[in-house]
Amino acid sequence: MVARVLGDAVNPKLFVAQRLSAFVLALAVAVHLATILYAVRGGLTAGEILARTHGNPAFALFYAAFVIAVAVHAPIGLRNVLREWTPWRGRSLDAALALFALALLALGLRAVYAVCA
Amino acid sequence: MTQGAPALEIEIWRGAAEGSFQTFKTPRREHQTVLDVVTEIQREQDPTLSYRFACRVGICGSCAMVVNGRPRWTCRTRVSEVLENGNHIRLEPLRNFTVVKDLTVEMTAFFDKWKDAHGYFEPGDKPAGDFAAVKPDSKKRRAVDESIECIGCGVCYSACDVVEWDKDYLGPAALNRAWTLVNDVRDQGNAARLDAVARSEGCQACHTHMNCTQFCPKGIAPTYSIAGLKRKVWWRAFWGTP
Repeated sequence: MVARVLGDAVNPKLFVAQRLSAFVLALAVAVHLATILYAVRGGLTAGEILARTHGNPAFALFYAAFVIAVAVHAPIGLRNVLREWTPWRGRSLDAALALFALALLALGLRAVYAVCA
Repeated sequence: MTQGAPALEIEIWRGAAEGSFQTFKTPRREHQTVLDVVTEIQREQDPTLSYRFACRVGICGSCAMVVNGRPRWTCRTRVSEVLENGNHIRLEPLRNFTVVKDLTVEMTAFFDKWKDAHGYFEPGDKPAGDFAAVKPDSKKRRAVDESIECIGCGVCYSACDVVEWDKDYLGPAALNRAWTLVNDVRDQGNAARLDAVARSEGCQACHTHMNCTQFCPKGIAPTYSIAGLKRKVWWRAFWGTP
C-alpha cells in the first residue's frame, strides 16, 4: 500500500468535510447566481457593485463562507480525481493540495476584503 | 437449434498480459452453454487452452470470464443468449486481474483485499459463551441476508470501473463482505473493520456506477452494501464509535 501523509484516520474526515462543504456550496452558488441575475438587470458598473458591497457585513460574511467552503471542497475533490487518474499518491500529493487549498483561501478572502471592506 | 447447424465462431484470448485472440470454429449444439463450448474446444481442438471451472452448475463461480465484453459465469450462460451476428462469441479473461494464461486469472490480490477489508469474522477477546439469538426479521439480519450469498467469483471486481482506475481500491466483493460482518451482532471487530474500509482505497472511493450490482450473478447489490459502509463511516467520523 502506498504511503499516505494524511493517514487512514483522516480520510473519513475528508469525506465528511467534502459533503458538508458541498451543502454550503449548493446554497451559496444558488444565492450567488440569483444575485448576479437580479443585480445586472439593466446593466451594472463596478462602481455600483462596490457602492452596495462596501461596508456591508452581510456580503462579507456570505462570501467569506463561500470562499471557505470552496477552499475545503475543491482540493479534496481534486485529490480524489488525481488519485484515480494518475499514479500521484502520498506526501507530495497531499502537500500540493494543501497548498492549493491555502491559495484558494488567500485569494478568495483577499477578494472578499477588497470588495467589502 | 440442433447439431449440424452453422458452426460457431469463437474468439478466445491466448496468452497472458500480452497475447492475441485466436478464432476457433465449433459445432452449435442444443442447450449449449459457453462453458460447454470452451470445454469442447479444449478437448477436441487445442488441449493447451487454459481455463478454470469446477461445478459446471452455478455453485462455485470459478468459470467466470468476459463474454462479448461482459463478465459472466460461463456455465450459466447459454450460447443462444450471447451470440453476436448469429454465430460469434468473444471470450476474454476477467478484467482487473493478472492473467495467468488464456482465460485463467490470478485471484490472490482479489482475496488479499478481503483480508485488508477485515472481511473475516472477529470473535473478540471474550467470545460469547452461548449462542446469539438473532431474529430473522431483525434489521441487521435482513441486511446480512441481502449480501451474504457472495461466493467470490470476481465478476463484480472485473466489472468495477474504480478497480480499473485504482488498483489499490478494495473492490465491491471485499466491501460487501465487510458490510455483512458490520451487521453481524456476534462480531466484535467493527472498530478496526470500519477503519480498514474508511481508507482512501475503501468505500468512499466507490462512484456508485453500479456495474457490480448489474453483473452480480447472485443478484447481490454490493453498491448498497458500500453505501451502508459509507453511512457507518460518516457517523463514526462524527462520534468516533462504530
